[in-house]
Amino acid sequence: MSEYLVQFNNISKFFGKVIALKDVTMKLKKGEIMCLLGDNGAGKSTLIKTLAGVHKPDEGEIIFEDQKIVFDSPRDALDIGIGTVYQDLALVSLMSVTRNFFMGREPQKGLLFFKTFDIEKANTIAAERMGQIGIDVRDPSQAVGTMSGGERQCLAISRAIYFGAKVLVLDEPTSALGVHQASMVLKYIVKAASQGLAVILITHNVHHAYPVGNSFTVLNRGKSMGTFQKKDISREKLLSMMAGGEELDKLEVELKEMDRIENN
Amino acid sequence: MSVKSESIQSKKDSGQDERLKKISPLRVLLNRPELGALGGSILVFIFFGIVAGDTGMFSAYGTLNFLDVSANLGIIAIAAAMLMIGGEFDLSIGSMIGFAGICIAIPAIYWGWPLWTSIIFAFTMAVLIGYFNGIMVVKTGLPSFIVTLAMLFILRGATLAITRLITGRTQVPGLRVLIEDDPIAWLFATDTFQWLFTWLGSMKLIALRTDGSPLATGIPPSVIWFIALTLFATWILMKTRYGNWIFASGGDKVGATNVGVPVGRVKISLFIGTAVASTIFACIQVLDAGSADTMRGTLKELEAIAAAVVGGCLLTGGYGSAIGAALGAIIFGTVSMGIFYTDVDTDWFKVFLGAMMLIAVVFNNYIRKKVTETK
Repeated sequence: MSEYLVQFNNISKFFGKVIALKDVTMKLKKGEIMCLLGDNGAGKSTLIKTLAGVHKPDEGEIIFEDQKIVFDSPRDALDIGIGTVYQDLALVSLMSVTRNFFMGREPQKGLLFFKTFDIEKANTIAAERMGQIGIDVRDPSQAVGTMSGGERQCLAISRAIYFGAKVLVLDEPTSALGVHQASMVLKYIVKAASQGLAVILITHNVHHAYPVGNSFTVLNRGKSMGTFQKKDISREKLLSMMAGGEELDKLEVELKEMDRIENN
Repeated sequence: MSVKSESIQSKKDSGQDERLKKISPLRVLLNRPELGALGGSILVFIFFGIVAGDTGMFSAYGTLNFLDVSANLGIIAIAAAMLMIGGEFDLSIGSMIGFAGICIAIPAIYWGWPLWTSIIFAFTMAVLIGYFNGIMVVKTGLPSFIVTLAMLFILRGATLAITRLITGRTQVPGLRVLIEDDPIAWLFATDTFQWLFTWLGSMKLIALRTDGSPLATGIPPSVIWFIALTLFATWILMKTRYGNWIFASGGDKVGATNVGVPVGRVKISLFIGTAVASTIFACIQVLDAGSADTMRGTLKELEAIAAAVVGGCLLTGGYGSAIGAALGAIIFGTVSMGIFYTDVDTDWFKVFLGAMMLIAVVFNNYIRKKVTETK
């Protein structure tokens, strides 16, 4: 038994002539939060979709609990325990908290043609689960639209965990949130990891990633720039490794140059 | 921007920590989609109670009359509402009614089929047409508005062409004699609770004909179907897994698919639902009139959608109720009949229908904002 829960070895994905991913390797232990950093167009979305079973990798292998795995559909990934929370969260704002929590996997009671959606049980579980995160849903039948962005994010994560995720893939969970809301979501992510889940946190915000991450993988133009343990790398170094960093350095130099010329 | 200012406002209003905020019963009621239709129907009844209270509109006979009209519309409005909640439209409802009518009448009159086989034939055709509508929308991703608009023309045209080809005319009479002793037709053609009306008549509690039999002979089949379908649809929407899938499919197609809801299958089944409801409507009307008419059901699709909208269904899907659509149908049915009992020219009915719809849409839009943006 290897120490890793899930390993993505040398994953490559091509779309026609475009090399979307090339030789990306990531390994995760239980309880680890790995942050996947990269600028727009670095291949983050393609990598997530490959992890989630939407795309099949053209090269490389996925090893989960020491077994090589091929996903034929997103359902397969879900079934073995890779839960992906996309940016759109897959929540319907007009539907209630409970109805969203159990969407597609409603608990039922009764027999044959008279099976009904067990709303009471669903309400209890949904309220309990949200309570564990510290979100007090006064009424689980209230519409999700009434919740804040952070609460919705937590609901989506909590749902993925409830339905058996062992590896949690989170796509930009904090990008649309304010400081307070973002810290609420990050706190929850740390809590989830401390309960033994492996978390892949995709973001382009180093300031959100650095405090919670154990390791960092930087993607640039479809290639991995390597995986770094937190003790080995500083926030500034990470920032500059994402293409944006070098560009910004260059920009700074250029601006100084312009300043100098104007002042003369 | 308006959203933001509203949220600040509502926090201020609540005064304390938002978690301590009490939800007033009014708020709970406001969150129900059928609120507008409920208020509307109460207003309609109060209005006619005052204006036409002593005209016989609310006698047993008059009541059954407007209930019958409401119920017929309600049968298709409920199916249209379910489909709208699922995020799609069906503009072919009216044409399907005409088509189902001749599917019953031509085999029974011209080909000598027993009436019950032609009724089953009509329902089979309905399932196939509904399935075709659904599969077209799901597979091509085209708006259902366009796909079913095409079906509207195809079905109406085919109804007219086939009928004229086979019969040489546009009406097929002569069904009435076939109803008796038919094993299925009674489902769509029998007044129920006749004993009750006979008894009421014998007690002189309701109006009688000159021969002593009551003027109103029983509850028309449309009303029974209407009540049954309202209950069935409400049960599905509120109490079953499939109901949750309908809301999810209409609310967010991509999200629902991502969490494993079979969106395509849900939508196809809802299209079959509207076609089948149209056929129930056709059965009741054709057997009641004793004849099929190629123009039967014209514009009914729009009335059904209007009733669903007045009943609180959002045009964008994901929100609405069957009870709301039923109330919407009752409003339209009551006004269309009630207007005969007033001094108002009946030409004004369509004006009312349009105005009612506009008010409902504005109101529903406001409610949706309230439901989703209260924080």
